[in-house]
Amino acid sequence: MALPQKESTPIFSDATAGTLRLIAYLALAAVLMVLDHRNGWLHRARYATAAAIVPIYKIAAAPADWVHQAGTAFAQRSKLIDENRQLREALLLAEARLNRMHAVTRQNARLKQLLDTQQLLGMHAQLARLIDVQLGPTRDRVMLNVGADEGVHVGQTVIDSHGVMGQIIETLPHASVAMLVIDPDHAVPVTIARTGLRGIAHGTGDTAQLVVPNLPLSSDVKVGDQLVTSGLGGRFPAGFPVGTVAQLKRDASGMFMEALAKPAAELERSGEVLLLRDQPDPIGPPAPAPEVGPPASLAPTARARSQGQPAEPAGAVR
Amino acid sequence: MNRVRAQGWAFWIGIALALLLMLMPLPALIQPLKPYWPALVLIYWSLEATDRVSVGLAFGVGLAADLLNGALLGDQALRLAVLVFIVLRFRSRLRFFPMWQQALAVWLLLLNNHVLQALIRAFAGDAPMPALSWLAPAVGAAVWPFVFLLLDDVNTRLRGKGAKAT
Repeated sequence: MALPQKESTPIFSDATAGTLRLIAYLALAAVLMVLDHRNGWLHRARYATAAAIVPIYKIAAAPADWVHQAGTAFAQRSKLIDENRQLREALLLAEARLNRMHAVTRQNARLKQLLDTQQLLGMHAQLARLIDVQLGPTRDRVMLNVGADEGVHVGQTVIDSHGVMGQIIETLPHASVAMLVIDPDHAVPVTIARTGLRGIAHGTGDTAQLVVPNLPLSSDVKVGDQLVTSGLGGRFPAGFPVGTVAQLKRDASGMFMEALAKPAAELERSGEVLLLRDQPDPIGPPAPAPEVGPPASLAPTARARSQGQPAEPAGAVR
Repeated sequence: MNRVRAQGWAFWIGIALALLLMLMPLPALIQPLKPYWPALVLIYWSLEATDRVSVGLAFGVGLAADLLNGALLGDQALRLAVLVFIVLRFRSRLRFFPMWQQALAVWLLLLNNHVLQALIRAFAGDAPMPALSWLAPAVGAAVWPFVFLLLDDVNTRLRGKGAKAT
């Protein structure tokens, strides 16, 4: 044993001791690495010390965050404007696409409803699309994309999924014109579904209004009553919704009541309509009542009275 | 004793800052070029305060760095131990090199460190390091003069203040 030199132990020379120490540390490191590689110790150690390590990471990341924030704050204006414009364009495009999807979805729903109506009715019907609308105070007509060549003929009833829209008044080879129920020239024989009271619904030229005039003051009509086609007159099949009574008032003469009704069909909205193929039973106006009683020659003045029709002539009053 | 304590604070704060700098994320483009800060700080202190830095301390700092970095445990411990060992062995010469030679020596030290890292990664079966990262030792050597001057300035100030205080 040599005498102690300085502070280090004298077993080896200073340099040798350092080298040995290094080798020991290297071996230790190698062992650690192997163990860590095999067992994932580091992961466990980090898991255990995460509480302390996470704040350190946050501190280390803070300058980068500041730089990023500063970069955002001082980003070139033109770049931002550019980005803004691009985003707006993208938004417009996306919105347009979305709207289109909405429209398609709605169309799908409408078509499905129409199909349901058709099946429910057990009637033959023909799908048609509106190609032109002439709504106005004097003419409430729509043009449909089917015509005489597709088998359309004058008088066919036009309905949508909610109710009667009108009837065909003119056919062209590949188009036809339908008069809507709200046309001032149009009338449809109706009954009130609840009571069976008959009446005739005239158009008013207002898309939201039909009028059923000449109802007796004592008749049982309430706001909210459903008007359905009565089938009288032979133009419209019976039982289709025409409208809902919205208001009751005395007419100008004060002798009768008139009901203002809201059309059932979505006249302003429908894009697809159905043309009913099957005509109602061709009853037409009832035959004149057989003359009974004394011969007409004996009572010349009574003749005019006996010829009164039981119902008003139905169908389009043109 | 005040002087020693002040220097101790400076030393540990320097190490902590170096570890934080090591963790600090940089833009992906220059991330591989990040110099190995703990090595630079340890080189300075092993040149200036040999009583403070030992191979064991370098090992401990390396373990802490491994723990923080989430790499293989023992990887940086080994590399820093080797680095400090070499610096301590050639301390007397390195200390009196002119700055450019010192920077060159630092580059060689860091390059050696980098080779070791590549070897360890190869043994561990990790993906090889990006090619750009081989420039990191050069970046480290380039910033070495500034690190040296900064730390030296702090050190001398503390020493001066401590000397006045004692």
